[in-house]
Amino acid sequence: MIPFELHVPTSVDEALDLLERFGEDARPIAGGTALVLLMQQRLVRPEHLVSLGQVRELQGIEAGNGTLRIGALSPHRSIETSGVVRSGWPLLAETYRRVATVRIRNVATIGGGLAHADPNQDPPAALIALDARVGIAGKHGRRELPVEELFTGYYETCLEPGEIVTHVSISRPPRPIRYAYLKFLPRTADDYATVAVAVALDVDDGRCRDARIALNAAGPTPIRAHAAEDLLKGQALQPELLRSAAATVPAIVDPISDSRGSANYKRRMAEVFTRRALEQALA
Amino acid sequence: MSVHVRFQVNGEVHELDAPDSRLLIDTIRYDLGLTGTKLGCGVGVCGACTVLADGKMVSSCLMLTAMADGSEITTIEGLAHDGELAPIQKGFIKYGGFQCGICTPGQILAAHALLQDNPRPSEDEIKEWMMGNLCRCTGYYKIIESIDRTAAGEV
Ligand SMILES: Cc1cc2nc3c(=O)[nH]c(=O)nc-3n(C[C@H](O)[C@H](O)[C@H](O)COP(=O)(O)OP(=O)(O)OC[C@H]3O[C@@H](n4cnc5c(N)ncnc54)[C@H](O)[C@@H]3O)c2cc1C
Repeated sequence: MIPFELHVPTSVDEALDLLERFGEDARPIAGGTALVLLMQQRLVRPEHLVSLGQVRELQGIEAGNGTLRIGALSPHRSIETSGVVRSGWPLLAETYRRVATVRIRNVATIGGGLAHADPNQDPPAALIALDARVGIAGKHGRRELPVEELFTGYYETCLEPGEIVTHVSISRPPRPIRYAYLKFLPRTADDYATVAVAVALDVDDGRCRDARIALNAAGPTPIRAHAAEDLLKGQALQPELLRSAAATVPAIVDPISDSRGSANYKRRMAEVFTRRALEQALA
Repeated sequence: MSVHVRFQVNGEVHELDAPDSRLLIDTIRYDLGLTGTKLGCGVGVCGACTVLADGKMVSSCLMLTAMADGSEITTIEGLAHDGELAPIQKGFIKYGGFQCGICTPGQILAAHALLQDNPRPSEDEIKEWMMGNLCRCTGYYKIIESIDRTAAGEV
């Protein structure tokens, strides 16, 4: 690892000051599970690391007024085991549980995961299916935007230099939703997905009021399956319709060939797993 | 550039100056001489470098020493007390979970953390928790049995 200097601010403002002062030579660090590896491989070489670990404002999981707020520093494991999350947003708890192993989830944070923006990660599809928003702070102020708009490419986000993720917020759906997160793991249980699908359906009396479907590991960013959603909305959810909706997916995904499968195989599996996720959500 | 770190390791307070980039595993092995913690894959997958930080298992190969400032670290050397092995260590010996010395320290610390979190885990819960600790002797059945029997108090 290239030598660097570590800074440990205790407030968001102090962290933003440090990031501004050192500019391109600085990086925030949360759990370090992604960044330490990138630094060891010398893919990134920051001269200053700004540790967020002591910033109180970024910690904790709370639900009030029907909105869940998860601080950026929350470890994956704390989301998976939170009683509030499990009862109000079970899709989220179940998705975080599918990330890597308990040992990694003890350390990896929600904010670090989003900023890392590897399209093979698990949480983004579920967050998008739940219409989650991400809170961002920078020297020029604070903003919130849909998680869906955060990702711009492989390992790329719309975070401006010097900005940090502060939290994720999710409204409670007006009615309990039907949901599923399916992670296709043909190799080992702790692997990244070959493809993965999150679905959230608002179903009333067998008819679909609203549908949100998103895929991971299927392109340079998480991908929202708008065409499939549109086919389902307002319709009775018959098996044939689920098949037709899933059949729209191969045309919108853009996977790469790698050790987890060829692009063609992943495109086919994206369809199969979308259909299965819909079926599982309704079962 | 270095950072002053103060933490407990196996109940003993240590203060040292570590280069900012020093990994926890290197501090544990080379500065403190606790060589029970092994470096396997070096990328957080295999679990050989597992230690407990404030009771939670972490990969010491992915953690900067500076990030452990103020925490309580437990390594495999810290489980026995006054020469008496911890129940999970006895369980690994009695039921054959102890195979070679590479993955065993991490396996035992992970199993210890599991039983602290969930004193009577089901077989599925054992598998889910332990899946991040790889054994290339492929002796998982014995490891699962060792944990299950220890949880049952049969050590
Ligand atoms: C062995 C292993 C297996 C894995 N398997 C999976 C898997 O199956 N599924 C999956 O989804 N993921 C997996 N991951 C990836 C894991 O989810 C990420 O490493 C983790 O989420 C990153 O979080 P962190 O807190 O450790 O971030 P860090 O490593 O601290 O930071 C990651 C990046 O985000 C930036 N950053 C951190 N916090 C903030 C912030 N608040 N605001 C702005 N930028 C920030 C850093 O500068 C860096 O660029 C795996 C990782 C490992 C090591």
